[in-house]
Amino acid sequence: MTLAATHGFLSPTGVEIAFLLVGIVTLGAAVVTVTTRQLVHAALWLVVALGGLAVEYLLLTAEFIAWVQVLIYVGSVVVLLLFGLMLTKAPIGRSPDADSGNRPAALAVAVAAAAALVWVVVDAFRATWIDLDGPAQGSTKVSGSILFRHWVLPFEALSVLLLAALVGAIVLSRKDREREDGN
Amino acid sequence: MHLAYPAVLAVLLFCTGLYGVLARRNAILVLMSVELMLNAVNLNLVAFDVWLRDTLHAGQALTLFTIAIAAAEIGIGLAIVLMVYRNRGTSDIDKLRDNAEAPGADGARGTDETAGTDETAGPDEKAEAAA
Amino acid sequence: MTTTTLAVLVPLLPFLGAAGGLLLGRTAPGFVRPLAVLPTLAALVLAVLVAVRQGGGKAIDAATQLTPTGSVPIDLALHLDGFAALTAVLVGLVASCVQLYSTGYLRDDPRYPSYAALVSLFTSAMLLVVYSGDLMVLLVGWEIMGICSYFLVGHYWETPEARAASLKAFLVTKLGDVPFLIGLFALAADAGTFRITGILGTVATGGLDHPTLVALLLLAGVAGKSAQFPLHTWLPDAMAGPTPVSALIHAATMVAAGVYFVARLLPVFAASAAAMTVLAVMAAVTMVGSGLAALAQDDIKRVLAYSTIGQLGYMSGALAVGDRGAAVFHLLSHGAFKALLFLAAGVIIHAAGTNSLAAMSRMRGLAGRIPDAYWTMTVALLALAAIPPFAGFFSKEAVLVAAEHTALGDRTVAPAGAGWIVLVSGLVTALLTAAYATRLWLLAFRGRGAQAPEHGRQPLVMNAVLWVLAIPSLAFGLAVGVLDDWFDGHALTPTVTTAVLGTGIALVGGLVTYATWRHTTAMAARHPIGAVAAHPEAEPAVSEAEAIATHTPAYGDIAAAPDPADPGRLLLGPLHRHAAAGFHLDAVYSALFVRPVRAAASLVAFLDREVVETYVRGAGSGTNLLGRAVRRAQTGNVQTYLSALLAGSVVLAIAAVLVAAGA
Repeated sequence: MTLAATHGFLSPTGVEIAFLLVGIVTLGAAVVTVTTRQLVHAALWLVVALGGLAVEYLLLTAEFIAWVQVLIYVGSVVVLLLFGLMLTKAPIGRSPDADSGNRPAALAVAVAAAAALVWVVVDAFRATWIDLDGPAQGSTKVSGSILFRHWVLPFEALSVLLLAALVGAIVLSRKDREREDGN
Repeated sequence: MHLAYPAVLAVLLFCTGLYGVLARRNAILVLMSVELMLNAVNLNLVAFDVWLRDTLHAGQALTLFTIAIAAAEIGIGLAIVLMVYRNRGTSDIDKLRDNAEAPGADGARGTDETAGTDETAGPDEKAEAAA
Repeated sequence: MTTTTLAVLVPLLPFLGAAGGLLLGRTAPGFVRPLAVLPTLAALVLAVLVAVRQGGGKAIDAATQLTPTGSVPIDLALHLDGFAALTAVLVGLVASCVQLYSTGYLRDDPRYPSYAALVSLFTSAMLLVVYSGDLMVLLVGWEIMGICSYFLVGHYWETPEARAASLKAFLVTKLGDVPFLIGLFALAADAGTFRITGILGTVATGGLDHPTLVALLLLAGVAGKSAQFPLHTWLPDAMAGPTPVSALIHAATMVAAGVYFVARLLPVFAASAAAMTVLAVMAAVTMVGSGLAALAQDDIKRVLAYSTIGQLGYMSGALAVGDRGAAVFHLLSHGAFKALLFLAAGVIIHAAGTNSLAAMSRMRGLAGRIPDAYWTMTVALLALAAIPPFAGFFSKEAVLVAAEHTALGDRTVAPAGAGWIVLVSGLVTALLTAAYATRLWLLAFRGRGAQAPEHGRQPLVMNAVLWVLAIPSLAFGLAVGVLDDWFDGHALTPTVTTAVLGTGIALVGGLVTYATWRHTTAMAARHPIGAVAAHPEAEPAVSEAEAIATHTPAYGDIAAAPDPADPGRLLLGPLHRHAAAGFHLDAVYSALFVRPVRAAASLVAFLDREVVETYVRGAGSGTNLLGRAVRRAQTGNVQTYLSALLAGSVVLAIAAVLVAAGA
């Protein structure tokens, strides 16, 4: 509450302005991702959106997360998605049937959910400020120390999960011999 | 910084992803939308972690885990999509209607055929495509 | 054993016999006959023992309560007075005779085990009614008799007549039983108990609030059971049952129950002059009407059935003038000779191969074929016609004396008007009774024409039973001097006036019928008529069942035959047609009750078919349509499902937020 006196909607700080602008870009890229008719473009716009999010993480002083975001999402996930598009022979260029017939319903649900959630969130955090001053809370050093001091067990469990996912993906994507003969 | 900025952005991103999941036809596009939704959640986690100044930084740790799990998820998901594509010749979600009620499955009378005609075409098409 | 224990055993033994017969009927056919006859005989012996011990003295009361039954307690109570003891002896005697007779009459019947068990149950129920000191327990016996009569009258259920008759007997008696039940409740509500002694005590102190209402309600049930006008129509039709059943129903059980019930509760009825007058009018109409109808019947058993109704009218008449001693006296003597009449009629039907009097009157030498039945039937008919010194004379005189005393004001239990009604109608009925008894005897045994068919000898047991029953028919009247002590103590001996009057009138009736018969019998040869079913080897019941089934096709009517040689036709003149049809009471009932009920039934059927079923079908097709609509949602498109799921989640979330916000 003490912060409420020093902050106001009408006097945004520089960080806020930067956050807002990057946020608009991120949101726009995300919207284009889910609406464009060119499938490959969708993947590329996803890169923009995820990169924008990485910038937002940086603005929130979580720099390690931001780099991980760039490395894993932009670097590998999107590449993986592009591979998937190619392997499933997705058409290059505009495909008229990128959206299913469920679109109006999807729009209605999404808009209703957005309205409800925005209302609730704004109502809840109307007078809440993040204090970004002081030491960076998400520096690599801090993140590394808490990760290996307090979260080491989940971290190791996660590695097992990743291994399992790796094996599963290999098994799933391996072509069956009989099917190969059949094809 | 006002907490509403990251929170509202996360909400809007989430709903955009939601729209994508519900509206996109191609399974890979659906996976992209899922990524958007996951990232919206991540943004929330980071923002709240920073706001609360958590000594354990549970939010950031969880974000890292989410990212890792998302990577695993996208790998498995793509493998599944590939497999479906290989088996069915398509990765369009609205053509995968094996859960639809087969016409006449419960001894339905002839008048019900109107509801079943478009579904009857589905398996045949898939069979042709697979051949 | 105490007298109470003996009295409990009397209804219990036939009941156990019935249960055993029903259980063992199929598995052990050898036990069926002993199980039918022995318990009934034992019950007779015990009933005689109870009567001897009771000796007409003070009433023995015993009661036990099995379980508390709410506001008005129901006790297993015995009330043994002279009426109960003697009536039980009669019931035991007739039931034993019927059981013995049935072993011969239905010897090859495949349904004999169930038949014998039902007769035992019937007997047991009647003995329960006779001994019971609690009206609810009495009602149990009363209703068991109703259902037993339904089964027994419908014994030949292959014939449509028997099916219709059993249903009719059941429905008509039930029609009377409903007001009877309400009357019992009203009576118990006023008296605060179902015990007969308690109720009589209440009546004696004038504690009955609605005596007329209660009495009239009870009278409805009595009229149904005892076949009094206007609920008597089931009795002639019940002739479709086997002859021993008719004997049982007419002589000892069922119809006697109503009269006996009124005798038990006579003070309740006597408390209402209106009820006594109604009873007198009912008795008079019943007596005269049944006498006329009996004169026109062609079926020998229907003649006897109408005569039963008439004799029951005498008993009701005696009750209407408040002399229950005379009523039960007549009940006893009538029970003996009516059982004899029916059992002898069974022999006649077997020997003649027909139940039609018109056919018998064209048969020569029927009496010679069956001398036992001939002589015993003659005795019974003389008793029926009240010719001295036979039993019927004394009991009927007792009724007439009571009526005369009431009419002249010597007795004040009942209004004098009731006395006059009973006296006049009793004398008219005496004339009619003698007439139809004579007609029956002449047509059956004095036929002319072809030789009667040879049917072999009757079973010995049947003839023996006839002679057993002939003894009380002949001599029971001589006990009149002793009986006073058993009953209320009124003198039952005949007075000169009524004796001369009654006997003279009866002789006139008999002689007039004889003269008419002499006149008409010459015509018989010119109008051949008759159908005979000859089954010399088969059991007698086969002839009877066939005779019943063929009467309508052969003569055009169940009751009458187009026989110009019938003296009854000449005596009744234009009345004959109506009398033969029972004065069209059935037609009236058909118009008043049967057709409206049928119309209502078809209306209900229509409503059920067209309205209710529409809803049922609508429920089915509505669900079907709904199901089809829901099936459309099952497209298999996962995105659609997910959309619906998330839309629901959003709605729920908004609702939760609104609730949390207190909106």
